[in-house]
Amino acid sequence: MRPIFTVLRGCGVYHDDLDSRVAVIPLRPEIGAWRDRRMTNMLANIFGSSPVRPLEKHIGIAFRCAKQLHAFFAAAIKGNWEKATTVRGEIERLEHEADDLKKKIRLGLPKSLFMPVPREDLLELLLVQDKIANRTKDVSGIVLGRKMKIPPEIADQFLEFVDRNVDAAKQAKKSVRELDELFTAGFRGAEVALVEALIEELDRIETDTDDKQAALRASLFQIEESMNPVDAVFMYQVIELTGEIADMAERVGRRLELLLSH
Amino acid sequence: MEAELVYIALAALFGIFMAWGIGANDVANAMATSVGSKALTIRQAILVAAIFEFLGAVLAGGEVTSTIRKGIVDADSLSGSPELLVYGMLASLLAAGTWLFIASKNGWPVSTTHSIVGAIVGFAAAGIGVDAVQWGKVATIVMSWVASPLTAGFIAYLIYQSVQRLILRQDDPLAMAKRYVPIYMFFAAFTITLVTILKGLKHVGLTIDLAESYMLATAIAIAIAIIGSIAIRRIQPDPKAEKSQHFYTVERVFGVLMVITACGMAFAHGSNDVANAIGPLAAVVSIAQTGEIAAKSALPIWVLALGGGGIVVGLATFGRHVIATVGKKITQLTPSRGFAAELAAATTIVIASGTGMPISTTHTLVGAVLGVGLARGIEAIDLRVVARIFVSWVVTIPAGAFLSIVFFFIFKTFLP
Repeated sequence: MRPIFTVLRGCGVYHDDLDSRVAVIPLRPEIGAWRDRRMTNMLANIFGSSPVRPLEKHIGIAFRCAKQLHAFFAAAIKGNWEKATTVRGEIERLEHEADDLKKKIRLGLPKSLFMPVPREDLLELLLVQDKIANRTKDVSGIVLGRKMKIPPEIADQFLEFVDRNVDAAKQAKKSVRELDELFTAGFRGAEVALVEALIEELDRIETDTDDKQAALRASLFQIEESMNPVDAVFMYQVIELTGEIADMAERVGRRLELLLSH
Repeated sequence: MEAELVYIALAALFGIFMAWGIGANDVANAMATSVGSKALTIRQAILVAAIFEFLGAVLAGGEVTSTIRKGIVDADSLSGSPELLVYGMLASLLAAGTWLFIASKNGWPVSTTHSIVGAIVGFAAAGIGVDAVQWGKVATIVMSWVASPLTAGFIAYLIYQSVQRLILRQDDPLAMAKRYVPIYMFFAAFTITLVTILKGLKHVGLTIDLAESYMLATAIAIAIAIIGSIAIRRIQPDPKAEKSQHFYTVERVFGVLMVITACGMAFAHGSNDVANAIGPLAAVVSIAQTGEIAAKSALPIWVLALGGGGIVVGLATFGRHVIATVGKKITQLTPSRGFAAELAAATTIVIASGTGMPISTTHTLVGAVLGVGLARGIEAIDLRVVARIFVSWVVTIPAGAFLSIVFFFIFKTFLP
């Protein structure tokens, strides 16, 4: 699933998956925080900070980030780089926001927490959610950095492909938003059926993005002779990276499914 | 006669201080569960707590008070020198009060019950003689400290499992909630009224036979369930709020139920914890008035009322802030979860009160919360804190004992 980013490293957009994995190890809570905790009541303290609402909030931010891609590419196709820069700024801001929340959630999930689902699964879910925002930032970074011209022959088709990826992110958000209901119902019964249906729809959207991606590549292949070779190579990369947003959304679905099977 | 008045005044002072402390701190655990789940506002919680803590103390607090007062120390070993028991009870009150003060300053999760029992055992064993302690009774009490959180946890587990199966996992949880919640209301009201009638009413001078007690409890429980279901029927679904949370209206139905369990919890707490403050006070009053240790002397109702009143004052002056803080922190306890924990804890505590067992209400509630958690009902429980709570009571008993021994010898030297 993971493409090799060596090509991109030269452009400074290399993606640091490994680094974010290292950060999964929760940091020791600060002494100050510990003291605050001591001062309060014992019943209040036995409730650890619940990761559920923050996870729902996180996917919301990741989706809002991905949603910006439509405006971004629309501006890029028109060659309106001023507008694209503004949108890219918003993408970066949202990606940071998602990152900060991700760190906060991890800090609030020490090993001593007793939860109905394994902590590792929640952390993995968080990681793939975050990647939706990361990929959005990566792809917009390349396009803006190289002021890439999207060939007008495939512009409409490309924008449609982008929108479908955003749809996948939206469906992932919709599925994750059911987490609190799943916890309440104890991961059984009617609520599980509902989430399974949401994930099925997510899979359908992802398959659709795959088809659109293949078609888009074929269209690009038709016209690549007429393009600057470096631009063509990067165009393939941009398609690949954009498609990964739906891949990540689908992985969010897989992670949720793992939670359901507990 | 001067000395007797001093004893009563001192005992009343320490007793009120202790009751105030219980009202300021312990009640928060009983009531914050309702505030945290938004079933009650803080104002309503304080009102409910004030009424039901007081009722619990007066109606069902007698048995535990009598255990604290004369169940731990063997009265026969003291028949020659009743003043020793007076010093000891004063020392115990002061020791438990001091230890609780130190502990809450440092944020240690200690139990009022454990402190006072440790203190009484301490002064009796060291000040009077090892034989003066009724070790059999003490062993039963300590067993009940292990048994009560386990029982509450088990009941909470069963209740929450049944809620999930009958309501939350169904296709139409709202209809199911409206059908089954009145039954939970019936059970909550039935258990609490039955224990009160069986164990409490004789203190007020009423005697009802067993069959009548059951009938009366059933009648009251049915009445409460009917009132509850009328309130539930009025709840209309809110499609806007339900879009983001499908269980929004269902939780509101449980909120009505939680008002009842909150009353039960406050009642249970009053019935068990008020004894920690007034048990020693009652012992001192009885000796000071009669000049001897009368094993059969009745518990004056004004002593129970004093304890209940002290709790209410503590609640009004300081408790509201604690309830607000704790309530804010336990938002994970939605009404469906909170009610399971409260009902399980209240049932366990009321039964313990009926049998005269001084248990820790907070530990029982913690056990109940863990039970809901084991039923996969709670999003995250910090096991480190749970471990700290259960370790702390091992420390509290020797600490209370040590302080009470020190105070005992000081009183013995300086008091007339």
